Amino acid sequence: MNITLTLKKGLDLHIAGVPSGTADKAESRMPQSVGLTPEDFPGLTLKPVVKEGDTVAQGQAILQDKHHPQVNITSPAAGVVKSIVRGERRRLERVVIEINSDINDETVYETAGTDTPVKARALLQSSGLWAMMRQRPYNTVPDPESTARDIFVSTWDSAPLAPDTDHILAESHTELKAGAELLGQLTQGTIYIARKKGSRIPDIEGAAMVDVTGPHPAGNPGIIASNIKPVNKGETIWTLDGITLARIGRLALTGHLDTTCIITLAGSEVKTPGYIKTLIGSDIESLTNGRLTHTTHNERIISGNVLTGISVKRDRYLRFPYTQITVIPEGDDVTEFMGWATLSPKKMSTSRSFPGHFLYRKLFRPDARLLGGRRAMIMSGQYDKVVPMDIMTEYLIKAILSRDIEKMESLGIYEVAPEDFALAEYVCTSKMPLQSIVAQGLEYLRKELE
Amino acid sequence: MKILKRYFDRMRPYFEEGGRLHSFRSVYDGFDTFLFTPTATSQNGTHIHDAMDSKRLMIIVVIALLPCLVFGMYNTGYQHWLASGEEVGPFRTLLLYGFLAVLPKLLVSYAVGLGIEFAVAQWRGEEIQEGFLVTGILIPLICPIETPLWMIAVATAFSVIFVKEVFGGTGYNIFNVALVTRAFLFFAYPASMSGDKPFIAHDQILGVGTPLPDTFTGATPLGQVATMSGDSAIHMVGVNGAELSTWDLFIGLIPGSFGETSTLCILIGAAILLFTGIASWRIVLSVFAGGAVMSWIAHMTATPAYPVSMLSVGDQLCLGGFAFAAVFMATDPVTAARTDTGKYIYGFLVGVIAIIIRTYNNGYPEGAMLAVLLMNALAPLIDYCVVQCNINRRARRTRPNS
Repeated sequence: MNITLTLKKGLDLHIAGVPSGTADKAESRMPQSVGLTPEDFPGLTLKPVVKEGDTVAQGQAILQDKHHPQVNITSPAAGVVKSIVRGERRRLERVVIEINSDINDETVYETAGTDTPVKARALLQSSGLWAMMRQRPYNTVPDPESTARDIFVSTWDSAPLAPDTDHILAESHTELKAGAELLGQLTQGTIYIARKKGSRIPDIEGAAMVDVTGPHPAGNPGIIASNIKPVNKGETIWTLDGITLARIGRLALTGHLDTTCIITLAGSEVKTPGYIKTLIGSDIESLTNGRLTHTTHNERIISGNVLTGISVKRDRYLRFPYTQITVIPEGDDVTEFMGWATLSPKKMSTSRSFPGHFLYRKLFRPDARLLGGRRAMIMSGQYDKVVPMDIMTEYLIKAILSRDIEKMESLGIYEVAPEDFALAEYVCTSKMPLQSIVAQGLEYLRKELE
Repeated sequence: MKILKRYFDRMRPYFEEGGRLHSFRSVYDGFDTFLFTPTATSQNGTHIHDAMDSKRLMIIVVIALLPCLVFGMYNTGYQHWLASGEEVGPFRTLLLYGFLAVLPKLLVSYAVGLGIEFAVAQWRGEEIQEGFLVTGILIPLICPIETPLWMIAVATAFSVIFVKEVFGGTGYNIFNVALVTRAFLFFAYPASMSGDKPFIAHDQILGVGTPLPDTFTGATPLGQVATMSGDSAIHMVGVNGAELSTWDLFIGLIPGSFGETSTLCILIGAAILLFTGIASWRIVLSVFAGGAVMSWIAHMTATPAYPVSMLSVGDQLCLGGFAFAAVFMATDPVTAARTDTGKYIYGFLVGVIAIIIRTYNNGYPEGAMLAVLLMNALAPLIDYCVVQCNINRRARRTRPNS
């Protein structure tokens, strides 16, 4: 069963610092240390099961969910636990593991019997791969007890400057197939695997292939789900990316946990943007060292893309979903006289009042400024142009702001995740923080309905 | 620029909490963010933002209004000279006369409105909102040139406070602020706002122009038609008694409220707003469509009892601020319908109701204004129905056997 999905709404942002090269020829950079950040796994209450100074093997459990002890976050590398950092009110911020090349221990997982749902679930949860999936509603790590109505995998990351892993995944056909088989144990429904139209990824038996075209966010699994079979109240779907599916397959086939990842180091402040092969949770310093332009102005390092990524310092670690680092100017040290009146072609905008709008091939160098004050919602219809879902975005946002649960439900809050609103937040003339509004709304709903 | 920036940075402490000039913080903020793009960077969510902001949004609307403003100045001078019976003066002089006539009104409208905005922003501890940049220029444009300044001040204050600020400021108002100002004037001071007196500038200003006798009258073309009686064929005349053709009405050298007479200039403004995507083409198109359909129906069933019904479709769309309402008033995104489907319905009804009011109620040539205000009130209802369709569609998905 193949589905073709053509999305019209959305927006491809043309940002300077496009990675050169291909994913299969990525430069290998192994980090000094790796860090695991509990904040990356919403829905889990994680506590460390190791102590500072412990020697850990690759794939060994480091963090464990308080309510479901079978759900682990595991170590991406063998080494020594260097620090367990806690913040305010002893909230766990991260666990840092210093990599030691003398230690080569690896936890090999038992794969026998994973053709039963119970064993399949246990394998995913103990290996840490469970936490790399997301569920809708609420955009959290899937509830460890839940089964999915359907599972949506996207092998295409359509975000600005994202890695193109199509070639690699095309060669991992066996792993993708094994992954789909394993996940098949955990759903009564269908596994949908989306690929960019024209992709080299072959059909995977047992899964429905979805050929997608359209501007970003066409590659987001949540958007694909929403256009094929949206989530209704009481239903749960899981979403994941193609790399995670391949990891699941490799684990099921061999018992080895693949903790490498291929990322792009991109953006206008990177000297030679390109692909890097590294480990999950690598330290940012190892990845960016010697690769940034080092100009006099401030820069912002983002783990992730410019729309949904997380701003990180150099002494921090690569964050979930471990796909890219984007470096852009911070912009807080720029003096711009009457910027609202500018006709400079360097300004990036969807508005035809900026000459840059007509330069289709131009790559822009945006910085992190809001470029305006926060206002009440003024323009109408702006959000709908970039959100390819059957959702009344403005009205959903207003329902969330007024904490009206009934309205939120009827307007489809269970179908959305903050990332779906990222482009709307980018285009918003009133500079409304839509992603955090949606995230707070989902959190509120989850607490209220628990 | 650097010197100015340094000066502003040096002054900042005075305006901050505990500073000597803290009570003028909103004024300082307003000027600072106007002159220098704020350096606040995104702390969560998307790291980059579109360069479009509400300042640019409002300024583009102001730019789109400039053709109407300049034409209004010229026309004010032109009508004055026609009325005085003297040979029409050179372009410069006419423009200067109109400029001098409208300047006090612009200043009063901005001073009163922005004064209230600054005070409210200070009181609420918020940033200055830019909404009044547009409202402030709209008010003189839609008022007759002879409207007394104090009336403009009172009406502006009334609508900024009771139509906008009490609801929470720009973005929260239900009714279009400029139109409520006009409606307030119309209902509170009908004698000064309608009829055949206020549309021609009477006075000599700073030595420019000729004072007209108090008894001089010059009704707007729509006013003339509305008050016609008997079976006589309709005809409209300028202040000098010359017949007016549809082309004259389109160009706009006719008596009327200051900035809304020239359909040509309004269409230039419309081109700017539609090109930049600020006005919704759905609304503009459907207002004209609604107006055209209703005018055609009225024209087909024309009767001397309602003389306006005898006007042709083209005349109807050029007269009485209809085009101005379609382009600049109905499209206000805050008070218009916000859903795409809703915009068609909203716009179409604005057009239909405007023509109904002016045609079948001879006392109200201001049909366009009243139609937009009425539809402002109904826009949330239209949107409610459109949103309800989405809700029902979602609810149907979960219903068994569907």
